[in-house]
Amino acid sequence: MKKIKMSKHLKDNLTTFSIVTVAFIIVEILKATGHISSLMKGLLVPVCIYIICAIALNLCVGILGELSLGHAGFMCIGAFSGAFFSKCTQDVITFAPLRFTLAIIIGALFAALFGFLIGIPVLRLKGDYLAIVTLAFGEIIKNVINVLYVGKDTDGFRLSLKDTVSLHLSGEGKIIINGAQGITGTPNDSSFEVGFVLILITLIIVLNLINSRDGRAIMSIRDNTIAAESIGINITGYKLMAFTISAGLAGIAGVLYAHNLNSLMAQPKNFGYNMSITILLFVVLGGIGNIRGSVIAAVVLTLLPELLRGLADYRMLIYAIVLIVLMIFNWSPKILELRKKYSIKGLIGAKKAGEVK
Amino acid sequence: MSTVLEVNNLSISFGGLRAVDDFNINIKNGALYGLIGPNGAGKTTVFNLLTGVYKPDEGKIFLEGENITGKSTMDINKAGIARTFQNIRLFKNLTVLDNVKAGLHNSFGYNTVTGILRLPKYYRVEKEMDEKAMELLKVFDLDNEALYLASNLPYGKQRKLEIARALATDPKLLLLDEPAAGMNPNETKELMDTIMLLKNEFKKTILLIEHDMKLVSGICEELTVLNFGSVLCQGKTSSVLSDPEVIKAYLGDD
Repeated sequence: MKKIKMSKHLKDNLTTFSIVTVAFIIVEILKATGHISSLMKGLLVPVCIYIICAIALNLCVGILGELSLGHAGFMCIGAFSGAFFSKCTQDVITFAPLRFTLAIIIGALFAALFGFLIGIPVLRLKGDYLAIVTLAFGEIIKNVINVLYVGKDTDGFRLSLKDTVSLHLSGEGKIIINGAQGITGTPNDSSFEVGFVLILITLIIVLNLINSRDGRAIMSIRDNTIAAESIGINITGYKLMAFTISAGLAGIAGVLYAHNLNSLMAQPKNFGYNMSITILLFVVLGGIGNIRGSVIAAVVLTLLPELLRGLADYRMLIYAIVLIVLMIFNWSPKILELRKKYSIKGLIGAKKAGEVK
Repeated sequence: MSTVLEVNNLSISFGGLRAVDDFNINIKNGALYGLIGPNGAGKTTVFNLLTGVYKPDEGKIFLEGENITGKSTMDINKAGIARTFQNIRLFKNLTVLDNVKAGLHNSFGYNTVTGILRLPKYYRVEKEMDEKAMELLKVFDLDNEALYLASNLPYGKQRKLEIARALATDPKLLLLDEPAAGMNPNETKELMDTIMLLKNEFKKTILLIEHDMKLVSGICEELTVLNFGSVLCQGKTSSVLSDPEVIKAYLGDD
């Protein structure tokens, strides 16, 4: 009895890991043989970013059961703190992998810190109210970064919320964060391979967390807060923990984003609420609480607009229609039946299942 | 025999309604105590006061001499009171086994990092938890359903699972809120055996709310009758159930 259980969640996790790995290998082969257009190549890192974000948000929405619309904000913090670190240490640490690893850790820690600080007041709210407040915090983060000026000269760092002049930099001083113009000249350390490793790390953290004592506590809070409290589970602590880890993972995605571009700006387009909603879309479509689903949904929905590019003006229209159709039919009983019938597992295991019956 | 629960002058009001008024109770170690009364008498409110869901306006609660008045639900559970609910509150999307393992949360521990990195301690403690949980499930005859989702269990078994989960926290005092509600006579009989087992084998002190008089008269040693928030009668089961006041207020005279 116990063995079946252990092997079941282990098997589930292994399936997820192997799907991601196989997809990675296939893309690598296609890349090596030149079967991928440059447009698609440009999309590989964004796909990784979206996957990490979707997994992070699923931890918050699906496992903890609290709707957050502010994850673009945490991504933004991760992006800026990571890029800031890389920019400052560009000359000191010349070995790129080490610098990037440190940048990722710093981005994740900063995003987690903000997740923790914001989580303390915000997690007292429930449902719609929580969603609205996190949305607001996401916007606040983006707007504060837009007026943030940080420079560095011989005396150290200088900070202003007005303009570059009020930094009073001395002769050789240089501006690192230039308000709405953000950070320019971040080293391009991101690559598809790094993205793949980060996806694996995110998956390991989230899947292992879910299948541990803490994960059980988090899910018990989701299922019934009053009962969870009555068996001595620390509600506030575990809510904060899940929210903080989720924010930290979104921060990792942010660092990856920042190091994929030459100039990093906090715009409505990349760190606005639209981004938060897009990530939520991956989570909802992939199945709330279903980590593997989030990964698949993130890949499909990121590639879809590009595949529809041939339709020119009608692109987003078709994309919207596809979304609506998917939403309606993705979890409908008939489709589920079909999926079961034609799934790979079903085809392989057909004979085995027959024997059992 | 030592006292497990001592409650003095417990009162709470909701607006103008005095839901519980000057409630006193004294439960000895190993006792099986019943709390009965008509609907709306304040029985569940007493449970909510004991477990810290509501903070009392007046009065003190002592668990084995320790003052637990005003503590949070979590701390009261850690101090040693576990409960079940009138309307079943299971973790529906977790398996039966995981429900019980959630109850073992504070008895077995490893930190988050151990869980994420799957250090050897993770496997060792999880195995211990599995064994302990299966042991408990076996007592409640739920071991064959260990891997079912809790929401897929039939009603009677859901009630049992709730008791198993509460028992997993290893409480000094177990509060059962209408454990036999919605059960047929066979299931009730089975439940009575289980409760006796909790008392005799697990040596638990139990306070239960129940409307099923067969169950109450069958297993409870002492009773307190609540009516309109205040204690109507208290004492040995046989004497309480023959009290004319109790018969008039609750049982109905013919």
